[in-house]
Amino acid sequence: MDLLNNLALGFATAASPWNLLFCLTGVLLGTLIGVLPGIGATATIAMLLPITFQLEPVSSLIMLAGIYYGAQYGGSTTAILINMPGESSSAVTAIDGYQMARRGRAGAALAIAAIGSFFAGTVSTVLVAVFAPPLTAIALQFGSAEYFSLMIVGLVSSIALAHGSVVKALGMVVLGLLLGLVGTDIYTGTPRFNLGILELSDGLNFVALAVGVFGIAEILRNLENEHERDVVIKKVTNLWPTREDWKAMTAPILRGTVIGSALGILPGGGAILASFASYTVEKRISNTPGEFGKGAIAGVAGPESANNAGAQTSFIPMLTLGIPANPVMALMIGAMIIQGIVPGPNVATEQPALFWGIIASMWIGNLMLILLNLPLIGLWVKLLTIPYYMLFPAIIAFCSIGVYSVNSNVFDLYAVAFFGLLGYGLAKLRCEPAPLLLGFVLGPLLEEHLRRAMIMSRGDPSTFVTRPISLILLLLAAAVLVVVLLPSIRKKRDEVFVED
Amino acid sequence: MHKLAIYLAATAALAFTGSAGAQGYPERSITMVVPFAAGGPTDTVTRLVAESMSKDLGQQIIVENVGGAGGTLGASQVAKADPDGYTLLLHHIGMATSATLYRKLPYDTLNAFEYVGLVTDVPMTIVAKKDFEPTDLKGLIEYVKANADKVSLANAGIGAASHLCGMLFMSEIKTPLVTVPYKGTGPAMTDLLGGQVDLMCDQTTNTTKQIKGGTIKAYAVTSPKRLDALPDLPTVAEGGLPGMQVGIWHGIYAPKGTPAEVTQKLSASLQKALKDPNVVARFAELGTVPSSEAEATPEGLKSRLESEVTRWKPVIEAAGQYAD
Repeated sequence: MDLLNNLALGFATAASPWNLLFCLTGVLLGTLIGVLPGIGATATIAMLLPITFQLEPVSSLIMLAGIYYGAQYGGSTTAILINMPGESSSAVTAIDGYQMARRGRAGAALAIAAIGSFFAGTVSTVLVAVFAPPLTAIALQFGSAEYFSLMIVGLVSSIALAHGSVVKALGMVVLGLLLGLVGTDIYTGTPRFNLGILELSDGLNFVALAVGVFGIAEILRNLENEHERDVVIKKVTNLWPTREDWKAMTAPILRGTVIGSALGILPGGGAILASFASYTVEKRISNTPGEFGKGAIAGVAGPESANNAGAQTSFIPMLTLGIPANPVMALMIGAMIIQGIVPGPNVATEQPALFWGIIASMWIGNLMLILLNLPLIGLWVKLLTIPYYMLFPAIIAFCSIGVYSVNSNVFDLYAVAFFGLLGYGLAKLRCEPAPLLLGFVLGPLLEEHLRRAMIMSRGDPSTFVTRPISLILLLLAAAVLVVVLLPSIRKKRDEVFVED
Repeated sequence: MHKLAIYLAATAALAFTGSAGAQGYPERSITMVVPFAAGGPTDTVTRLVAESMSKDLGQQIIVENVGGAGGTLGASQVAKADPDGYTLLLHHIGMATSATLYRKLPYDTLNAFEYVGLVTDVPMTIVAKKDFEPTDLKGLIEYVKANADKVSLANAGIGAASHLCGMLFMSEIKTPLVTVPYKGTGPAMTDLLGGQVDLMCDQTTNTTKQIKGGTIKAYAVTSPKRLDALPDLPTVAEGGLPGMQVGIWHGIYAPKGTPAEVTQKLSASLQKALKDPNVVARFAELGTVPSSEAEATPEGLKSRLESEVTRWKPVIEAAGQYAD
């Protein structure tokens, strides 16, 4: 009963009044910065690092972890209320969440997001506690060939993100892929599409792109027809999910949790696919795919659960290997090193109180988040009643501060402005920003893993089909393609992609 | 709107401006730019030193991460900053190598900065996947020479410490290998742990814990002496590759024109920080030691930068890999 002993140790550590306080501080701060558009967990944790030096290592890590998953909760709030996602995960939530808000169902959308996140967080915390070491062993089986095939599955499925023209969605994916190529070729050091601008040598900033094409473009559109917006606000009705809502969200939450937990374990960029993958699955198996993009409950519940589950399980590679799965994890590792704990394969045995304390605090933090967020929903929805001429300058100001804080670089602000205009233009052409964002995220990974797999196999492309995991993934991608192309199923497909 | 207040306070703290002479320096908080992402090894070194120096100077040193373009974005920002001692740069060996790796830099490496001093010299380790055949450095060299077409050598991207060390390794054993670049050390280490790639040469800050945990195999350390943290690991000289002695040295710079009194004062503070038991202990856990008092001076850093620019120029030009 090692596990029970360990969990007891963990809860004893995490539930000390002092650590509870830090956990609360963390999730509170995380929620706040998540709610502020454009300001991400990375920038906040970087700013707070110096404060943590004075704390006990366990307390500081509990607080930093709280900020991280608190921001995951908070990030969906802006995505739903003002169509302003701060991270790739909440970009998916924005698709249907914002439409729900426009229909006067902002409260229900926020509640669904919170409930889904809580459930997913609980399940994936148990996963981390019970299966961390064996899951790590599986994750290490993923080499570049496997990641490439996984990205292919993601790309093939991405078309489902569109709720308008398929051709336009394809076009957006390709544009996103191309934007993802800006920067430096990591294999040769050759600069690409950087127009001689040194700031572009590491590629475009994701936050700048997302804030621009989603948020700023939306503001421009809203300013165009302000009267329409006021009508929307007056319609805000019930804050809580109805009985039908509960029915509609249960299955997507379960599926989202499974998808997110599985993808979050992969340190090579699996977690970013979680919410996209969940959305695709929900839309595929839905009886009313036409509802997606117009405020489908499953389109909020699934991705939100997947995203939170992925956020939790992405702690696995960090805790068991000492390897960061994303920039936030890299910061946490930095914080540990400064505290004198070098994360590595032995942390669980050398620092059991720390290891299990963090795991236990994840669940406690999730509990706090739902207790914190449900009552706040009323407040957030009230935010929408602020006159728009006051709201939009504030949003733009916060976005600018947030984007600037990522790299302390003025260039990123020009990028926001540029992508805001681009996003507005695309909106006029009825092109969706979500497939563009997916292409942007997948493009560099796709290229990186394809080329690395080819280098490792010395140029032999059969590596993708002789490695079993890679083969299975490619077959899966082929199956998805067949479903889309086969004439007998085309009728179903036509229902999936209802033209505007 | 308390969230607003928090955020405005944070930004205001970062945006303090004003000017002051050398007397009474420092009168307000100092910004130390790290040209890499937060959480990496250089960031960790900076934060440890900055915290200790803050106590000594009586003013907060705020660490600001300006990542990108192999550290040259952060360096160019500091090169253009006011030379009043309130903007500093902590950069590593990349300061010297970027002078050759980048053919068009927005600043002149040897003439754009004043010097505060060297901070530390992080050794490198030659490591391999856990079940890699050779058992020692000599065996490794023989094996690699015999199987040059099969062995793959990982690095964390063009210009990274692991890239420089890998280039040096190949030029020392006169055998070109298939190099596999990654975006940063994290993914490279993941693939090494998973056995997807064979070899890597990286800083002890990244490898020590894995070596101790037995998840990767280590062949040698590139320092002149064995490390206290890894006493069983022979040096490259013991293993027969004396030319592989290399360290990722870190130094603190100020914009050109910063008054000498200011850099002297910072230098004295740096020397104190490097004797701070907390700094020494943390450095030791990372497998590195603070620079000596003679090195932690403006002269020490200046001569190191100049000699390293000269040392790496031919190595990089021979490899023919540029970053722009």
